[in-house]
Amino acid sequence: MTLETKQLSIMLVDELPERSEIIKKILEKAGHRIVARASSKADLTSLVNHYHPDIIIIDMESPDRDTLEHMRTISADRPRPIVMFTNDEDSQTIRRAVKAGVTAYIVDGLQPRRVMPILEIAIARFNEFQTIKLELEKTKNSLEERKLVERAKGILMKQSRYDEESAYKSMRKLAMDRNMKLSDLARSIIAAAELLK
Amino acid sequence: MRNKAEKRTPEKTDLRLGFIPLTDCCTLVIAKEKGFFEKYGLNVALTKEVSWANIRDKVSVGALDGAHMLAGIPIATTLGLGFSKKPMVTAFSMDLNGNAITISNELYERMATLDEVAAKSPFYSAVVLKRVIEANRKNGKKPLTFAMVYPFSNHNYEIRYWMASAGIDPDHDVRLRVIPPQCMVENLRAGQIDGFCVGEPWNAYAVKEKVGIILITGYEIWNNSPEKVFGVTGEWADKYPYTHIALIKALLESARWIDKPENRPAVTEIISDSRYVNAPAEVIKMSMTGTFQYASDTAPVSLPDFNVFHRYLANFPWRSHAAWIITQMYRWGQLNEFINIREVAGKVYQPDIYREAAAQLSLPSPCNDYKTEGVHPGPWQLDENKFQFEMGSDRFFDGMNFNPDQLIDYITGFKIKHRDIDFKQLAKINKDQSTFNLKTG
Repeated sequence: MTLETKQLSIMLVDELPERSEIIKKILEKAGHRIVARASSKADLTSLVNHYHPDIIIIDMESPDRDTLEHMRTISADRPRPIVMFTNDEDSQTIRRAVKAGVTAYIVDGLQPRRVMPILEIAIARFNEFQTIKLELEKTKNSLEERKLVERAKGILMKQSRYDEESAYKSMRKLAMDRNMKLSDLARSIIAAAELLK
Repeated sequence: MRNKAEKRTPEKTDLRLGFIPLTDCCTLVIAKEKGFFEKYGLNVALTKEVSWANIRDKVSVGALDGAHMLAGIPIATTLGLGFSKKPMVTAFSMDLNGNAITISNELYERMATLDEVAAKSPFYSAVVLKRVIEANRKNGKKPLTFAMVYPFSNHNYEIRYWMASAGIDPDHDVRLRVIPPQCMVENLRAGQIDGFCVGEPWNAYAVKEKVGIILITGYEIWNNSPEKVFGVTGEWADKYPYTHIALIKALLESARWIDKPENRPAVTEIISDSRYVNAPAEVIKMSMTGTFQYASDTAPVSLPDFNVFHRYLANFPWRSHAAWIITQMYRWGQLNEFINIREVAGKVYQPDIYREAAAQLSLPSPCNDYKTEGVHPGPWQLDENKFQFEMGSDRFFDGMNFNPDQLIDYITGFKIKHRDIDFKQLAKINKDQSTFNLKTG
């Protein structure tokens, strides 16, 4: 996804209408669509869920930062790059410290020629970061899934006097019959055992 | 260090400290306005911040020397939860309690129709809420939406604790979102949310505006629970130890001054200013003078411990408070890594720095870093170090106990929790006195 090839829908969160107007013009000139502009009075979570923007640009001095961070911690919400702009005097230090890909800060960000390159970098880094994160999660999940299956097998062996192989077989059969993932079945066996404890 | 420290002057004297406009920023504001920072040779500029994320980022990168923080922030940032990782420490707890759960008039009406007596009772209202949720589900209505202020806030843990105690799963039965404190009342008025958990003055404001009714205070959920802390980075604390101690001395004196009832009107007046909380003094006054009004048609009642700033050793950074917060991070799936909870609590919470500052002011400190919670239903005395400390009650509203020596038992003891964690592994790493290992073999 690069800015040249795809029209992006962008959500702009800013308290100052005059400033958002400038940014909006810059972005629209580059061929992108501004889907919403919200002030902090509006319910940001609903707006994001409604418009599904590709990227969110937010004033660093907007209290909505906390809302956006929370949305990212909920796995059901599709993570999206967030770019912040600020005219804060500390922005040099802040910019230096921001981790690649997670969030990008635009510093003295209202010059048209600076906005687009920063957005491009932000999106590229975000995608890179997401890929690495997904891969890490996949590895972690398969390891954890194996552990879960092992635990559930142990419970079955203890409770039903199965040997290891038949415990595994009966779990696999049950999972197939119910059209469940083996790890999900293991999870419910563990949960049930905890309830009965 | 003990003897030398008194003579050593602060390494850094020009400081920038951040705060969020909530009534409990008062310890910082009074330290500045009443000259306590100056008394200890510090020239402090206070800067008002708009989000906890900004507070965290600006302290992390050194744009701020330190700040008013939710107690969960130094822990979460040290662990790298959320969006950045940076070791942080706190040696000063700014206050205990101070939050409340407010719901819309409409939701309250529905609850009152089902059971008016229970809806009015802080101890049973969550049970009635569960009945509303069940009725909604049967009728195919969309789930209720509640708001709190930050993922790693006590508000988040309090509203979840309160709901879960009645069998409501906050991750499945309701929607929980983050809304900035100053926007809560407007969102409730507009019907965007059905309730919220927030600090003052926003609950009092909802009642005054007649848009909501308070069901329970944070104090009632857990008597004298941790709230905000003064946080700095570990790097900063290592680099400026004498500045740190001077700061905590100033904050201790400020908290002691605020705690005197006769000073509360002045505190109210000062913090209501537009540079600070920027809210009407008459709204701030309620909690600051220890009164609380649950609904616009009921009389204000006395609740002197609604927000505690100094008494009951409120400023002492109990490592058990940090450990409790970490148990909630596990409970709600915010933390999935296996860590030694007491080790992290010990890194982030630094009672020795507090003790040093207190000793220089001739204030006694407890020698233990941990205390049990939920065992004192009323005021009690802590006998330690040849001193007797007057302590406040520490009861949880559902009657549970928190024993910091049995952390894994505490987490696994909750019926509603995230189940994806291998608690056996966690128990192995923590090696505390939990009996969890014995139970599961």
